[in-house]
Amino acid sequence: MKYYDKLIFELSKPGRCGYSLPVSPWNTTADALPEGLRRTAAAELPEVSELDVVRHYTNLSNMNFGVDTGFYPLGSCTMKYNPKINEEMASLACFKDIHPLQPESTVQGVLELYYNLERSLSAITGMANFTLNPFAGAQGELTGLMVIRRYHELRGDMKRTKIIVPDSAHGTNPASAAVCGLDVVEVKSKPDGRIDIESLRPLLDDTIAGIMMTNPNTLGLFESEIKEIAKLVHDCGGLLYYDGANFNPLLGMVRPGDMGFDVLHLNLHKTFSTPHGGGGPGAGPVGVAAHLADCLPNPRVVLGADGKYQLLTSETSCGRVSGFMGNFGVLIRAYTYILSLGKENIRMAGPLAVLNANYIKESLKDCYKLPIDMTCMHEFVFDGLLDKSTGITTLDVAKRLLDYGFHAPTIYFPLLFHQAIMIEPTETESKETLDGFIEVMRRIAEEAIANPEELHSAPHNTPVRRLDETTAAKNPILTYRESLCKK
Amino acid sequence: MAKTIEGLYYSESHEWVRVEGEYGYVGITDHAQQAMGNIVYVDMPEEGDEVEKDSDFGAVESVKAASDLIAPISGEVVEVNEALADAPELINKDAYENWIIKVKLSDASELEDLMNAEDYAAFCENEH
Repeated sequence: MKYYDKLIFELSKPGRCGYSLPVSPWNTTADALPEGLRRTAAAELPEVSELDVVRHYTNLSNMNFGVDTGFYPLGSCTMKYNPKINEEMASLACFKDIHPLQPESTVQGVLELYYNLERSLSAITGMANFTLNPFAGAQGELTGLMVIRRYHELRGDMKRTKIIVPDSAHGTNPASAAVCGLDVVEVKSKPDGRIDIESLRPLLDDTIAGIMMTNPNTLGLFESEIKEIAKLVHDCGGLLYYDGANFNPLLGMVRPGDMGFDVLHLNLHKTFSTPHGGGGPGAGPVGVAAHLADCLPNPRVVLGADGKYQLLTSETSCGRVSGFMGNFGVLIRAYTYILSLGKENIRMAGPLAVLNANYIKESLKDCYKLPIDMTCMHEFVFDGLLDKSTGITTLDVAKRLLDYGFHAPTIYFPLLFHQAIMIEPTETESKETLDGFIEVMRRIAEEAIANPEELHSAPHNTPVRRLDETTAAKNPILTYRESLCKK
Repeated sequence: MAKTIEGLYYSESHEWVRVEGEYGYVGITDHAQQAMGNIVYVDMPEEGDEVEKDSDFGAVESVKAASDLIAPISGEVVEVNEALADAPELINKDAYENWIIKVKLSDASELEDLMNAEDYAAFCENEH
């Protein structure tokens, strides 16, 4: 791979130009602007040709690895393929050329899409209503917890300040709870990562606002005692929060609402095939059972008796969580995904994701340590190589995978195992791709014995070699100017 | 193999206490630093803060993970190890030499709940 890290400003040559602006149809000039808003010096924009721009961004994009480039088995992240029809729909002029402050009567189609997606997600998850406003999964978590707080508040029950989080939970759960002003109480999990009911029981009293759970859990195992847990938590007056990060294997098969969950968030960029990662726009819709619908954030989209869609704001809401209606472009993609699959095919996503994960797990467990040897859901965790005598760590394996053209799985999470490698293939990968990955993983296990140095010094074929993560974390260089100083 | 030191008190969440008179020095164990990997930041309380047994009093961040520090004993923080602010990697060099906080113990009987070196070594062995 060719190394390329130029800024477009470095390509700039005075006087070079690759565009001609059209005449403004509004016939306005800067003269109409107040003095303070007028530019006195020319903007320092790069002066480049069209070809410069095309090569620059193509070279940069070639340095990227994404789902469109290769297999991306990142556990707990559901890096499934993002169908191109999603992009096509999101690019339609009727969606992209509108303004969020337009009168409702002029954007009925947009509100209809929002409403229909809300109804679809409600049907898929077994919840009564959704808000699609949160911008990302973590914000969805915060929103869900705000809904829980508001619910208790509206009932005048002010004592409930604690939230229970399993020690195997995603790190965002306790973080969101703390941001929401709730005290986090940790409940121990059993060796398979499932919640220990006997440890849970003594924690339940009238100070508990609720419990946050991921099901399947972080080890990719279904919480088989969920009905019992739901009953215990409800009996003490608490609510159940479902972290939708691992919803993919249940898609169209099992509904969190039927398991007894009161609140959930979904990651549209995981389960519903919208683009993921790189800090791009996400979406974390929050669904609630009927008794919590009044607490959802403002505004909600409702269908009036006159057949018109309206924005509803209410006093009982937990408040506003976004300026307008979330990342609407992402919502269009998720709705397109649901409609493309349809009722029948959406049921196939979960079982195929589960089949793919189990296929890799069974094919590799004779050379990687499988601490929980049972049928998994959409993902599973190895605890490093089976042969511990080689001194080859999970980090070495992950770096070596890059040499073979695969994205590394999630490593050193969950913390339950010291050498965790968490693999989630998703349903969109073919058997040939899975076989290719399995073959490389086996080859790496052989190299660990025959040629460990090759692994210690990996990766060899990437634009940058193994990075000094400690220095990067301690003395990060975050701007171009800083990097020039260091040079 | 992780080191343990005789005479220290150990918690299940991998902190140690070294008692000197009415004070206790608190740090994380060698086992903990090995599991964490290269430590890049230690979030510490301030002098005068109260720490409570079994509650978090800070966090340790490594290139792999962030982990809460759980107080093995209660009391007032009388000193924090400022050297860790600039050089958190000292914990990787010697986890027992580089304490994190010095606490004036409010209840010495809490020490009875902690493990000795031998029991802690066995605890780590059996953890998984």
